[in-house]
Parts: sequence; C-alpha cells; structure tokens
Amino acid sequence: MELDFGPIIQKELPFFIEGALVSIKLTALSVLIGIVIGVFVGLGRISNNFIIKGISSIYVEVIRGTPLLVQILIIYYGLPQILGFKLPMFLAAISSLGINSGGYVAEIVRAGIQSIDKGQMEAAQSLGMTYAQAMRYIILPQAFKRIIPPLGNEFITLLKNSSLLTAIGYSELTRRGQIIASVTYKPFEPLITVAAFYLIMTTTFSKILSHVEGRLRVSD
Amino acid sequence: MIKVRGLYKNFGNLEVLKGIDDEVKKGEVVCVIGPSGSGKSTYLRCLNLLEEPTKGEIFINGISLTDKKTNINKMRQNVGMVFQQFNLFPHKNVIENITLAPIKIKKVPEKEAKEAAMELLNKVGLADKAESYPSQLSGGQKQRVAIARALAMSPEVMLFDEPTSALDPEMIKEVLDVMKQLVEEGMTMIVVTHEMGFAREVGDRVMFMDDGRIVEQGPPGELFGNPQNPRTQEFLSKIL
Repeated sequence: MELDFGPIIQKELPFFIEGALVSIKLTALSVLIGIVIGVFVGLGRISNNFIIKGISSIYVEVIRGTPLLVQILIIYYGLPQILGFKLPMFLAAISSLGINSGGYVAEIVRAGIQSIDKGQMEAAQSLGMTYAQAMRYIILPQAFKRIIPPLGNEFITLLKNSSLLTAIGYSELTRRGQIIASVTYKPFEPLITVAAFYLIMTTTFSKILSHVEGRLRVSD
Repeated sequence: MIKVRGLYKNFGNLEVLKGIDDEVKKGEVVCVIGPSGSGKSTYLRCLNLLEEPTKGEIFINGISLTDKKTNINKMRQNVGMVFQQFNLFPHKNVIENITLAPIKIKKVPEKEAKEAAMELLNKVGLADKAESYPSQLSGGQKQRVAIARALAMSPEVMLFDEPTSALDPEMIKEVLDVMKQLVEEGMTMIVVTHEMGFAREVGDRVMFMDDGRIVEQGPPGELFGNPQNPRTQEFLSKIL
C-alpha cells in the first residue's frame, strides 16, 4: 500500500483551506452566541431567585448531559417537524453549537464569579453599592480575567466538535475530507490531511492563548 | 444613634448571637473584646446587615435596618466598614479604590472626588501611593487605604472588624494611629479588637462578649481594672 499526498497538496489544498476557514467561522460565531447565553445563564445559576436559578440549572444539565451530535440532529432534523419549516443549514449549525457552548460557558462564568473572594462583594456593599453595581464595577471585571483562559479552551473544544456538523452534511473541514475520500476511494490521505489541519489550528490557538494568559498574569 | 434590641443570629442550628441589646451614642467609641467564636464579629457584621439577623431589631438614627422597606444600600453609605482582610479592590489603584463609591453612588464629580481622596490619603499618610495598586502595598498601608476608602463616603459611624489582626506587629501601630486620629475627631466607632492597649487608651466603653452574649461592659478602667464577671476575669487573666 502506497500513500500519496501529492494530489491533495497539488489540487485540493484550497478546498481544505476553505473548509478550515468555514470551521473557524462557525466556531467563532458559535462561541459568541455561547458567551451571550453563558453570561446570562451563569449569572442565573448564582441568582437568589429560585425560578431563574432552576431554569439556568436545568439548561446546563440538559446541555451537558446530552451528546452534541444528538443536539445538532434535533435542531436540524427534529425541529422542522414542530416549526413547520426547516432552518437554513448555517443557522442550524451555529445555533446548535452556540446553544451547546452556552451551557459550558455558563459554568465557566459561574466558576469565575465564585472564585472572587467574597470579601470583595462585602466591601462593595458596605460602601453602599447595590448587588448590581458591585457585580458591574467589582466582581465581573475581576472574574473576566479569570474567565478568558477557560473560554479559550472552550473555543478549541468547539472547533474540534464542529466536525460533528458533518452529520447534517455541512461542508466544513471534516466533511470535505469525506468528500475527497468518496471521490478518490482513498480515505486515508484526505482524513489525515483533515486531522493535520485541526492540529495546526488548535496548537496555534493554544500558543496564542498561553501568551495572553501570561500577559494577564503580569497585570494581576 | 445605634440601637440594638434583642438581636439573635443563627447559622443553621448554630446560635451565634443569643440576644444582644445595646445603644451607641454619637461620638462614642466602643471596643468589643472576647474569645474567638464569641460572636463579636458577627455582631458587628449585623450592624450593616452583611449578616441578616435571625431575630431582633437594629436602628440607626431611628431608622430600622431590619424593616424590609428600608433602603439598605442607602443606610450602608452612612456606616463605614473596615475588614480584617482589607478587601481592597485589586484591579483598581489606590485613588480609584477611594473614589469609586463616591463617583458611582453619590455621583460626586470625578475632580471633586479625587481632591477629597487626596485629602484622605494625606490624613492616613499615603499621599505618595495614590497611583499604586493594592498588591504593591504592605499590610499596614492596605489597611490605611481601606480606612480612607470607607471615610470617602463620609459615614457617621465606622465599624472595624479586627483591623490589625492580619498585620505584622510592626505595622499595627500605623493603623492604630490613624484610628486614634479618628477618635480625636469625634467619629462614632465600634471596634472589634484584640488590641487591649488600644481599647484601654481610646475606648469610651469596652464590651466583653462570650458565647453570643454581652457578658460585661463598662469604661475601660473598670472593665480591665476590676472585672466583675468570672468569665471576664478568666479571659483577661489569659491575655493581659
């Protein structure tokens, strides 16, 4: 058995690069949606209002307790049965990844806030700040710094998980590897190429992340 | 100006305060002493509702703190608090630590707030540290900034929760000196402390707490010189 990466590198490289960019774009948009959801749900998790707390906790439990693949399938194939129309594939893709990410970001936000010494809240309130003012001026700015590194990890995880969108036929990086494989009847080379692309993206991003982390630590 | 009636505080099944009655007059300096676990810090924290009383009433200038209709944030502006662990805001520099609350809560113009803060820093002897961050300060300096921060809201009462307990011995004096200065200016103060020398020197009244109750209180000369209750005698014999 001979391996030949020649044709891929010569002919299909732009196809893979485009796929990688699609995956990054999907992931970035999904993480943004995830952050918006995650901040609200994360704050909800530590709320004193037991209804808000309950809903937030259920959200996190459901998202983290069910497979992402199933969530994607439900949103793309299951929802139309109830909505009466099919979501465009792009919208289904970023909403399923975003909703999923929201559950994990919520826990990152909650942990970040709870890691701030409770003396900070007490000091703020003893000066006469409301809970909301104390959160805004004292707790969240400090929590934000601690949240950035785990958020970066969430981005990396989600970038890899975006490969599951193959299941609904979204033409992102992994799907493109499969397409080449089915055309050439040689799955090994294109799939290895796909893996190499993910590896390059994740290691590059971790490098950037550890640099940012180092900078954050200096300013502490 | 502070009136406490039948104050109880439970943490779960643990009764920490078992009926406290007291009255603090304007300008009075009350030092609260007692063994650890006696409830003295909890009592102090109840006075600005950092702990919510289980039962009982607290009045400040005649307004009930425990009344649900009272705007507690407004009340707290009038009651400064200094913590054992300083609790400075680490992401803000010294001047921002002091001006944040006046600017955001009292809507004092920034320039005015800064001038007032510099005056306070002068008072606590740290004018040269205005731009420093808390992590660059010693414990004693942090605590003096914390006092300035509390004073920036121009409170009528200051609560001190073991302000020197987390300090190295050589830094205790600089903090006590600032507190003595406040006493001389006529500030109403309640000080939970292990500094018996300070209590004896500046306290108008010393209160001995044990097991969630006020066991004995009186002018420092009497309480230290001639304690009546056997538990007070025992406590003082161990520490003096």
